[in-house]
Amino acid sequence: MDQEKIITVKNLSKKFGDFIAVNDISFDVYKGEIFGFLGANGAGKTTAMKMLIGISKPTSGEALVANFDVKSQAEMVKKSIGYMSQRFSMYDDLTIKENITFFGGIYGLSRNQIKEKTTKLVTELGLEDALNKLVGDLPLGWKQKLSFSVALLHEPKIVFLDEPTGGVDPITRRQFWEMIYAEAHKGTTIFVTTHYMDEAEYCDRVSIMVEGKIEALDSPKNLKQQYNVASMNEVFLKLARNIE
Amino acid sequence: MKRFLGFIKKEFYHIFRDKRSMFILFGMPIAQIMLFGFAITNEINNVNIAILDKSKDSETQKIINKISASKYFHIEQTINSESQIQSIFEKGKVKAVVIFENNFSKNLQTARQGKVQIITDATDPNIANTITNYTNAILQNYIQEVNKTNVQTYAIDTQTQLYYNPELKGVFTFVPGVMTVILMLVSAMMTSISITREKELGTMEVLLVSPLNPLQVILGKVFPYVFLSIINATVIVLLGVFVFGMPIQGSLFLLAAESILFIITALSLGILISNIAQTQQTAMMMSLMGLMLPVIILSGFIFPISSMPLPLQIISNIIPAKWFIIIIKAIMLKGASIDIIWKETLILIGMTLFFILLSIKKYKIRLE
Repeated sequence: MDQEKIITVKNLSKKFGDFIAVNDISFDVYKGEIFGFLGANGAGKTTAMKMLIGISKPTSGEALVANFDVKSQAEMVKKSIGYMSQRFSMYDDLTIKENITFFGGIYGLSRNQIKEKTTKLVTELGLEDALNKLVGDLPLGWKQKLSFSVALLHEPKIVFLDEPTGGVDPITRRQFWEMIYAEAHKGTTIFVTTHYMDEAEYCDRVSIMVEGKIEALDSPKNLKQQYNVASMNEVFLKLARNIE
Repeated sequence: MKRFLGFIKKEFYHIFRDKRSMFILFGMPIAQIMLFGFAITNEINNVNIAILDKSKDSETQKIINKISASKYFHIEQTINSESQIQSIFEKGKVKAVVIFENNFSKNLQTARQGKVQIITDATDPNIANTITNYTNAILQNYIQEVNKTNVQTYAIDTQTQLYYNPELKGVFTFVPGVMTVILMLVSAMMTSISITREKELGTMEVLLVSPLNPLQVILGKVFPYVFLSIINATVIVLLGVFVFGMPIQGSLFLLAAESILFIITALSLGILISNIAQTQQTAMMMSLMGLMLPVIILSGFIFPISSMPLPLQIISNIIPAKWFIIIIKAIMLKGASIDIIWKETLILIGMTLFFILLSIKKYKIRLE
């Protein structure tokens, strides 16, 4: 791939006392791609992602996100990225409009920009009538889509999605991935962690973390060929078993 | 600045839309003031007492008249022998018996000392204690009057003088006390709950990933409670003054400044708690057990510190509320200015700085 690098990770490590959560990982992410970041629970993917979004300091190694160093330029990194956490990350006791206004506000959008964005966003999601409804009253699927759109409000170069589809029905998941595709098509880089191996198939490239290390990194197609299996699920199981 | 205002607006939405918060913020202060003001009181009024006058002379009659003239006592009956005491206490109506010894007047002149015995029904120790004090006060008052006119003075065993609160009004203790409790509750408990709530919901993570820096997040969370605490303090002082006749002898400005200082102390404690606690439940338990109980029990609000065992007296020193109660009592009742309470003020400032530094340290560890 001969594209512009948007995330560069070199020998990144994170230790908590004697425990090495992330062990010397290196990889690149290119502009506009959907990058799947896989791993079992406790494999270190959340820790690695936290370092990339600037809320956890690396023990050693370096990482550039949108050309900013996560160690010394965390504030610039934060301005360039969007983030949606695995737990639904909006305020249930605020209306859709108030949530959008609040999150737009903390990312420094002007009042007019927020107005414009709000109209556009609710039209796209078909939520015009629900604008003044409390977010807590919305079904989970809608909340998740709304949450994704809000993470994109300030037009970040990269969006980090931490297990975004947990607990959502397959149809909504499918719709959610369509939104992700559409966004990637516009040139936004998507960095997504997931448990669902069928979702890994939708990614341009995936990395698989096992016990703090990246054990595999390639397109789903190449990985399946390399391990001579039919699905990403099997790739994942093979890797996990090898370690044991 | 615009970001910050947006943040504060959001925080007020949270508060105004949550019935529980609204109740704690606005229902509690008024309920507490009313409760302490009207229900929980050490004052006595028209307590029924009995008189056993073995001497029946002009002096005892003067004293009896004095007792009966006070609004605290009502002389229910006169008895003739000590054997009746037991039975009238058992009936429950009479709470105390005042007994004059034989030849009271004569003893007063010859031995310069007259003996009066006060027997109280101590099933309610507080009331019994108050009755004894009030009766004593009346007797002392009588002796003083007599001594004014007599060339030959009579002996005075004890001299009781009640400064600042001559009527021993409970309101003078509970207004500062309730104010302290409420400010602690609103500032420390509510902020720690509201911060841990964001942690629990996962929104704290989103805020930390945003360009807002952690300090802005914390200040944004805390600011609405500073504002609401100031309103609360004002309401309590107003109720104290206009409903219960609490005086404010000192400067209003100093009172306000010291209150704001204490609000900041409590807020820094709230922030510290929210750094340690991960859930709203834990934050609430820590605030209630770690802050509210000491404030109520060890601050001198209800139980006098001087009558505590030494270890508790020493522990009471690390309770910020103790110092704040001393400060506001001094301002409200004694009209003290800063040169009298500077020491207590410095202690509060020191404690606040300590809590803030500790919070910052803890916060860094968490971000590592």
